[in-house]
Amino acid sequence: MGNLESIRYFTPELIIVAFAILVILFDLVSQGQSSKGTAYLSLAGLLFTTIAVLIVGPMNQSLFFGMIRIDGFATFFKIIVLIATAVTIVFSMVSNELDPKAQGEYYALLIAINLGMFLMASSTNILLAYLSLETVSLTSYILAGFLTRNPRSSEAAFKYIIFGAVASGTMLFGLSLIFGMTGTASISQIGQQLPEVASSYPTAVLVSIIFILAGVGYKIASVPFHMWSPDVYEGAPIPITAFLSVASKAAGFALFIRLFYFSFRGTNVNWTILLSIVSALTMTFGNLAALPQQNVKRLLAYSSIAHGGYLLMGVVLLSGDGIKAILFYLTIYMFMNFGAFFVVILVAKEVGSENIDGYKGLISRAPFVAVAMVIFLFSLTGMPPLAGFAGKWVLFAAVVEKKLYWLAIIGVLNSVVSLYYYVRIVKAMLFETSEDAETLSFSRGSMALLMAFVVPTILLGVYWKPYDFLKDLPLDRFIG
Amino acid sequence: MLLTSMIFIPLVGAIIVLLVPRDREDAAKWIAFLVTLIPLFLAVLLYFQYDPTSVEIQEVVETSWIKAFNIRYHTGVDGLSVTLILLTALLGPICVGASWKIEKGIKAYLALFLLLETGMIGFFCALDLFLFYVFFELTLLPMYFLIGVWGGPRREYAAIKFFLYTLFGSVLMLIAMIAVYLNSNVDPGLRTFDIPTLINLAKTSGHALADPTFQIWVFLGFFIGFAVKVPIFPFHTWLPDAHVEAPTAISVVLAAVLLKMGTYGLVRINFAMLPAGMDFFTNGLGRWGNTLAILGVVNIIYGSLCALAQTDFKKLVAYSSIGHMGFVILGLAARNEAGVTGAILQMLNHGVISAMLFLLVGVVYDRAHHRDINGFGGLGSKMPIYTGITTLAFMASLGLPGLSGFVGEALSLIGAYSKFQLLTILSTIGIVVGAAYFLWTLQRVFLGDLNPKYEAIEEINKREIATLIPLGILTIVLGIWPHFAIEMFRNSVAGLPLQ
Repeated sequence: MGNLESIRYFTPELIIVAFAILVILFDLVSQGQSSKGTAYLSLAGLLFTTIAVLIVGPMNQSLFFGMIRIDGFATFFKIIVLIATAVTIVFSMVSNELDPKAQGEYYALLIAINLGMFLMASSTNILLAYLSLETVSLTSYILAGFLTRNPRSSEAAFKYIIFGAVASGTMLFGLSLIFGMTGTASISQIGQQLPEVASSYPTAVLVSIIFILAGVGYKIASVPFHMWSPDVYEGAPIPITAFLSVASKAAGFALFIRLFYFSFRGTNVNWTILLSIVSALTMTFGNLAALPQQNVKRLLAYSSIAHGGYLLMGVVLLSGDGIKAILFYLTIYMFMNFGAFFVVILVAKEVGSENIDGYKGLISRAPFVAVAMVIFLFSLTGMPPLAGFAGKWVLFAAVVEKKLYWLAIIGVLNSVVSLYYYVRIVKAMLFETSEDAETLSFSRGSMALLMAFVVPTILLGVYWKPYDFLKDLPLDRFIG
Repeated sequence: MLLTSMIFIPLVGAIIVLLVPRDREDAAKWIAFLVTLIPLFLAVLLYFQYDPTSVEIQEVVETSWIKAFNIRYHTGVDGLSVTLILLTALLGPICVGASWKIEKGIKAYLALFLLLETGMIGFFCALDLFLFYVFFELTLLPMYFLIGVWGGPRREYAAIKFFLYTLFGSVLMLIAMIAVYLNSNVDPGLRTFDIPTLINLAKTSGHALADPTFQIWVFLGFFIGFAVKVPIFPFHTWLPDAHVEAPTAISVVLAAVLLKMGTYGLVRINFAMLPAGMDFFTNGLGRWGNTLAILGVVNIIYGSLCALAQTDFKKLVAYSSIGHMGFVILGLAARNEAGVTGAILQMLNHGVISAMLFLLVGVVYDRAHHRDINGFGGLGSKMPIYTGITTLAFMASLGLPGLSGFVGEALSLIGAYSKFQLLTILSTIGIVVGAAYFLWTLQRVFLGDLNPKYEAIEEINKREIATLIPLGILTIVLGIWPHFAIEMFRNSVAGLPLQ
């Protein structure tokens, strides 16, 4: 589709840009006095974008002469990102970490990052893919360092930039090698030409794949490109940590799947074994590193690395089942992980601690919050009948189907390891008592939001119709 | 519908208990008690409705649950499940009765207990492998909290150890389960988790499921999962810790029902569904002979020797459980009618007797606040009724003819002797040692001069007696007239691939 025709299907992205500007203007006019107003305006922007995304729908068309594609896959990730952003905005309103005066840019950036993520999910051209990745990264650096008075936050942003720059530079080099070998930037055309190139120059292709892996691997925090994530997750404001661990990861996987599924699938270069090792290492590292953590935010950071490892198993498979398993897992992961982070926000606000010790005796101080946290943590472990189990089940079933038994066994053993550190929080909340026995009270809105995470975390574990629906979707109509 | 209501009524009860207002916590106990009576009533009804002369699975309910994996909500019972469901349902009200004195967070405690009951009954009814696994895991979480929150001084350690061990076993089972599913082509493109269908497929020669190598690996996965639960040496170390720390009623369920989940799984999956795997582990390993029987004998001897060395009353009972579960494994390893019948009967008997033993330990612990066997002495003069019931339980447990423990063990041994003489003879060491530690304990606790510290110790009260009486009656009835249980599962045993 040509440029002019494409514009009208590009409305969601245009609405995002409009609202990002609008939020800044509003903040300017209200002189930074109405942080609530900016937040509500941003939420309205997201609502309009969501409506636009749904109206455009999965039309299976390429826009702008094949630069981006609007298919079910892209729409799915757009919705995930929109929900994640909305949740993050609400989190930011509940959390008291942010300086109430400087929130205009914060919300504007949160909205703008959606543009990058939308493009990451839908671009079918390596150049645009790279640009979208950079858009997301640059915005994330600022957001991670938004607590300007907190040295840890600045350190987080700084580390993030350095690692990000190296990783994306490496990726760009990999992409340029691919471009040089095939003479095209279109992902699908690369997929057609690369097998031939790879049969004559396997090493060159393998090297460029590894370089590209560095870029996307950094975005989803897979070993060995994960080093930034614990520090960034710990230093950044909690809502941003939650956002990075869900939305950023989801967008990273969208790009990952498109690149690897379409460009590199047919090559005779054996990168799947490489990727499966990365997957095994990522989950093992994430879980082992989480074991000794005392700071819950940092613990969840490592746990999210581990979950990235589980998700990578789905990419390794390169099968329709694998991709669908990733989508299903990501949805569930979003609910349970956001839920856990929301409890961290609530506890940090009321108890004033992010350490496990701060969770002692939570069951008697705030029973509902404690029970909700137990549900999220056991769901993250993958205990039936919670949603986390459904997610893991679908992933492991796809892995065993491809006869990658060793990977499946490493995966399930990792679940056992992960139980140990999740349970440490449970233990503090339920089995130990705190010196401070006063009950904590939370606003009704917060409790309602918490409930909104609890319900799907339980429901998706017993009610599998959504997955049945996903499974029945013909893949070529869904992504292509 | 009978089974479905039996499974989910405790769950509904759990929610009702949680809704009881905070100042009416006594009502919560009565509600929980009444709720547990419903499954018991239904179980008795099931007992009368069940037709033991038929080999068919009965009370079947089947509806689709997860289409994408052809997972169905499929429940039904055969003789073996009916027996264990009766046991589970009977223990419901008994355990609530035994928990009457708990004060800390009683509502949560009872709700978790009821959730546990849902898991246990559901597990024994499930005929879909996935459902089976979900119920298996569903018992884990409540158990973890019940030990971790209401347990003794080292409860946190015991709870997490129990949880990690069992989860480790069950994830291997999960992989085995997925592997079975993926190889279960009923028709091209249609796969199933349905246990009866899988059992038939595994018998069809030429089918992927019937492949011996495949069966051996899958057997191993399931076996480790269940072995942790039984527990079979060397996966047993969680058991003494969990038992010692758990509150009385929870020890009772743990010993009486949760351990049976392991052996029930062995019969239902390993024995019935994986005959080639079973062949390999009962006679395929050359000079290692019957691996399963060796494991059983190790359990018997090791468990009883450990029990002999204990000074903690509860730990003694816990180790004796390990020993007695060895007879179940031994009977199953024999793979003949006598052996398997003995094994199943032993499951039931051990459930009844160990429940009594743990209740009795709880009675004395509530009064003396310690469990050191050497710290009592002469209690018989102050607590004659208690001593009498304890003697009955001890005698039943050490296998006195006329009481239930004897029949199961004897049948297991008869079955085993026809297959492997030496191992069977070795296993009788366990019986001798068993008699030794029980009699010695009886002597140290109840006979001799009264320890002056316990001048004023109270006799067992009516509530405690009421929890023990049904079990005591069963011990005697099953000892004199075991046929009333054996008839229930005779046809189910005959349907297993015996040799």
